[in-house]
Amino acid sequence: MLSFAEIRRSVLVSAWFMFLTFPVMVIRVNPIEEVVEWRWRNLIMVGAGSFLISFVWRYLIARKERGKKAAEAGRAGGPPLARRAAVHAGFHKPLMGALAVFVLIFPFLFSTYQVNIMATALIYVMLGLGLNIVIGLAGLLDLGYVAFYAVGAYAYALLNHHFGLGFWAVLPIGAVMGATFGILLGFPVLRLRGDYLAIVTLGFGEIIRLVLENWNDFSFGPSGIANIDRPGFFGVEMSLEAATNYVYYLLIGLVLMTIFFVNRLQNSRIGRAWIALREDEIACQAMGIDKTKTKLTAFALGATWAGMAGVVFAAKTTFINPASFTFLESAIILSIVVLGGMGSIPGVIVGALVLILLPEYLRAFSDYRMLLFGAILVIMMVFRPEGLIAGARRVYEFKGKKETSDTADGIHT
Amino acid sequence: MLELLDINTYYGNIQALKGVSIRVEAGEIITLIGANGAGKTTTLMSISGIAPPRSGQILFEGRPIHDMEPDQIVALGISQVPEGRRIFPFLSVMENLDMGAFLRRDRDGIKADLEHIFEMFPILAQRRHQQGGTLSGGEQQMLAISRALMARPRLLLLDEPSLGLAPIVVRRIFDIIERINRESGTTIFLVEQNANLALKIANRGYVMENGRITMEDKAAGLLVNEDVKKAYLGI
Repeated sequence: MLSFAEIRRSVLVSAWFMFLTFPVMVIRVNPIEEVVEWRWRNLIMVGAGSFLISFVWRYLIARKERGKKAAEAGRAGGPPLARRAAVHAGFHKPLMGALAVFVLIFPFLFSTYQVNIMATALIYVMLGLGLNIVIGLAGLLDLGYVAFYAVGAYAYALLNHHFGLGFWAVLPIGAVMGATFGILLGFPVLRLRGDYLAIVTLGFGEIIRLVLENWNDFSFGPSGIANIDRPGFFGVEMSLEAATNYVYYLLIGLVLMTIFFVNRLQNSRIGRAWIALREDEIACQAMGIDKTKTKLTAFALGATWAGMAGVVFAAKTTFINPASFTFLESAIILSIVVLGGMGSIPGVIVGALVLILLPEYLRAFSDYRMLLFGAILVIMMVFRPEGLIAGARRVYEFKGKKETSDTADGIHT
Repeated sequence: MLELLDINTYYGNIQALKGVSIRVEAGEIITLIGANGAGKTTTLMSISGIAPPRSGQILFEGRPIHDMEPDQIVALGISQVPEGRRIFPFLSVMENLDMGAFLRRDRDGIKADLEHIFEMFPILAQRRHQQGGTLSGGEQQMLAISRALMARPRLLLLDEPSLGLAPIVVRRIFDIIERINRESGTTIFLVEQNANLALKIANRGYVMENGRITMEDKAAGLLVNEDVKKAYLGI
């Protein structure tokens, strides 16, 4: 590892970095006193830092390559510890039980502020799982997903403002509105794939936002809509704290429902048709899968969850304006899916929690948020391109020889 | 059973099929041979509706199908085993087979067909929980054929089933094709570059060159035809 060549490479890297950052990090012109400061200490720090980072980076890459080779040679010790623990019968139940208890008593353990950000994270879990249908399963890169979120939020805000409709009445309406807009977007983009699809969906997201921003008579423009009713609970008056806790439990319920539905969808024929469509369109057509219908259902179902999440978002914050539905939101939801692991439900949940909670707890770094965001994504793509928790269908699994011969006689199952 | 009448198919501005006419009778094995780029695959894609013809007619049991959607054509009983197998690599063998039965709703019938397929290809039964992409080439071809059979077709379109397989595996695949035809009376439309093998199991054959049918005869007749011998049999 510590060979001469390795050291020379790192030295070259750090020299290059010192050269690149020299004008910014070392020279400082002080125009008031008309002197030039030479901060040589910064140069040393950049040099040492880049030397170290390049060394660690190459060590990690080498370790990853070794791991891959070991797996290919069949010497890998099965799935990683975390997954083994999660699926092992002895651990699975207590683990899930502990998690359930923690989730239930969470509001009693932590402050209202914590509950509030957790509720926000749960909204993103819903959004992530919804987008996961479109991207993870059907393989359609949708960069305008936030549009459906906006549709749901505005559906509740406007219906509540004009007609006084309650949260529970609008939740299904928001879902239907989301699905309708999903189909509306789906039709024109049916023939597009990959990059082209991404650009058109990106445009669609911007159209919705711009309409909301500029059509003052309809959406009250950039000033948004305030005083939206919180979710009702049989007409009980609630304090702010109780309302926050209520929204939290409500979201837990909705997330569980989402997980249930997405899980069922994934293992249904339509779910497999999505995966098949992602893998090979021609083979799908030869199997008699209707491309149009299958893609539209993916768009519609994905958008349904965004619509519902939007309704909850409007009810939770009691105020919405178009600034909440910028492209950055789409990018965050997409990052949740990619970082967590496309097509993997636990992956998306973990991804949402990491990406939404981390910035909250790292308020100190808020200036560098986007920088960290980018760095995390780059590092993830290099070391774990399949996401934090890879979807089962994203990796080939070679079953051992023993197992195949065991099942050889059991044909009729 | 199937009749192509003066089919012209285009990819953009390029004409791939120029006035192709083919007849397939019920219960027979028919083969279409020709060089690379002759239009064999396009012919199958036109029948399946994936690359529909710009003009001409395709009749299936007397019914025009050339303006139908691919899924409607599958529902009528025409299944295709596409060139290069095109199985779904991340789906398991079972799931691949289930995709073949996508349009069917009769659970019992599907189960019976599945058993029949596992009896015909025991190796697939062994590997049924394995992902499609982990199978060998020959196994993938068996899976592709089985997947098409799961739609319970009356006409099976096979596109180069010998592609990239070892001679011994090719032999087995062809035995199975014959068996499918013999046992369930499925009509088979076989597109092949391996003219020798194809003509040996087929009843009749067509020869295609540059998007046109240039010859049509009993398979035995084509096997001894001097031109075919020179161009496709390498004798």
